[in-house]
Amino acid sequence: MTATPPALNALLRAAGLRLSRIGRSLWGGWAGLAGLALIAALWQAGHEHYGAFILPAPLETARTALRLLGTPASWQIIAETLLRAGAGFCGAVCLGVSAGIAAGYSPATLRLARPVLTVITGVPPIAWLVLAMLWLGPGDGTVLLTVLIAALPVIFVAAAEGIGTRDRGLDAMATAFGATALHRLWLLGLRHCLIPLFPALTLALGGAVKVAVMAELLSNAGGIGGALALSRAALDVPAALAWVVIAVASLITLEYAVLRPLQAETEVWRDAARPWGVRRAALPPAPSRP
Amino acid sequence: MAAALTLTGIGHAFLGRTILDGISLTVNPGEVVALAGPSGCGKSTLAHIAAGVLAPLRGHRDLPGGRCGMVFQDPRLLPWATAADNIALPLRLSGVPRRDRRSRVEAVARQVALLPEDLDRYPAELSGGMRQRTAIARALADGPPVILFDEPFTALDPALKRRMQDLVTDAAATARFAALFITHDLQEAARIAHRIVVMNPDGRGLTGECRPPGQPGQRDDGAVFAFVRAALSSSPLFAHLNDLDERRLP
Ligand SMILES: Nc1ncnc2c1ncn2[C@@H]1O[C@H](COP(=O)(O)OP(=O)(O)OP(=O)(O)O)[C@@H](O)[C@H]1O
Ligand SMILES: [Mg+2]
Repeated sequence: MTATPPALNALLRAAGLRLSRIGRSLWGGWAGLAGLALIAALWQAGHEHYGAFILPAPLETARTALRLLGTPASWQIIAETLLRAGAGFCGAVCLGVSAGIAAGYSPATLRLARPVLTVITGVPPIAWLVLAMLWLGPGDGTVLLTVLIAALPVIFVAAAEGIGTRDRGLDAMATAFGATALHRLWLLGLRHCLIPLFPALTLALGGAVKVAVMAELLSNAGGIGGALALSRAALDVPAALAWVVIAVASLITLEYAVLRPLQAETEVWRDAARPWGVRRAALPPAPSRP
Repeated sequence: MAAALTLTGIGHAFLGRTILDGISLTVNPGEVVALAGPSGCGKSTLAHIAAGVLAPLRGHRDLPGGRCGMVFQDPRLLPWATAADNIALPLRLSGVPRRDRRSRVEAVARQVALLPEDLDRYPAELSGGMRQRTAIARALADGPPVILFDEPFTALDPALKRRMQDLVTDAAATARFAALFITHDLQEAARIAHRIVVMNPDGRGLTGECRPPGQPGQRDDGAVFAFVRAALSSSPLFAHLNDLDERRLP
């Protein structure tokens, strides 16, 4: 056996740690799966009570969904919705995070922004949709704008909150060591910002997919919402339910494939701070071979 | 010889209440100056002004070296960064390239008796003493000409406190930095300082200063004890040191 050089060793170790972290965040999905099984059980009970026309069985729905997924056209429909939701969500993240950071550093701006946000959150998404349709006509732009407006407030508030509740002691420390305002933003502000931001992002992503489907359905813009509208017109309940399942499944995939690993990556130190933290026994030293 | 840190006529007020007035103080290169004064007289405020964290209302702060390090009463480590990254913060701020940082970090960590395996831990995984040593290592990291200490050891147990004091004395002697060491523990001041400066209890000016005999690090416990006892019993300089200013108890 050849000895691995220390640099390679360290690299392997870092890669191993990262993999185990991703693995752990995926493992967290099992608990969610148990919850899903519970929902399926209730669903089955409802099916048996109300009959197949009102509520098709979960298995049948799953079969329909799988059949739908077998056709490339469906994938195109899904991609359309996810791209719109994703674009609106990303726009909301860019706008919300930068505006939130600015507001977090300036309490006066935050005080000004709060009532505006209350108004924005108070207007139902459907009203934005109508306005967007009037402004932009049916199509990508309308869905995108509705998604953006729906996702923006929660992201903005979280970012502002993260900055506003930052540890001033750390700011003073960094200043004493000669940090400029930009350094402090980069080294301290953004890190504080991330703490409330991730839960908000999860919330906003869910909202983005939901609102995208709704906007598509109502504005006749294709995508999963459009497919839902078609199944409704054809009174095809299994297909409608299958599309709902597909929408939820793609949301869960996005959340667990993108957001959770990112969050796990930025919050390694929290694991260390937990009392049950990384409590693995030290590895025994490798036996030296003659 | 140009001073490492000069404060001239410093005055400050919080919400219209004057906390400091007319404080002038110089610290020479390589000199450890202890600043003593009763609780609440404005020592921390002065330290923050000296560090450039607070802009003084009146007066002038001159730091010819341009940069300084500081050790606060609490460690103030970044919770999301490992000990090594925390120690490297000043290096990062002054633009030292990443590959050069590690060796410097390891050198100062050795100086404060932190083990290499502790360097990859997060602050939450370190003991209180290790955290404070990490904070000291951070202050030493880029070899600043001046380091400010704001009662850094008050939360530590006596044995650890002594070790930390010796560490500061040794580091000051080897790295030749000037230090302003704030404390209200005269024993501590007498162990580590070349010169002890006492602030007025109301923060308006300095009462005076004295030099304990000998050099820091060479005074034995007996000498320190004798100095403190004499100072507290007979010197008017230290008469108000243990007064309870604002927290007047019944
Ligand atoms: N940010 C602030 N706003 C208003 N008043 C303040 C502020 N910081 C300090 N003070 C007041 O300034 C006075 C001096 O405070 P400072 O922290 O400088 O005292 P200190 O000498 O360091 O005391 P100690 O020895 O207890 O640490 C205190 O009366 C305190 O109430
Ligand atoms: Mg203080």
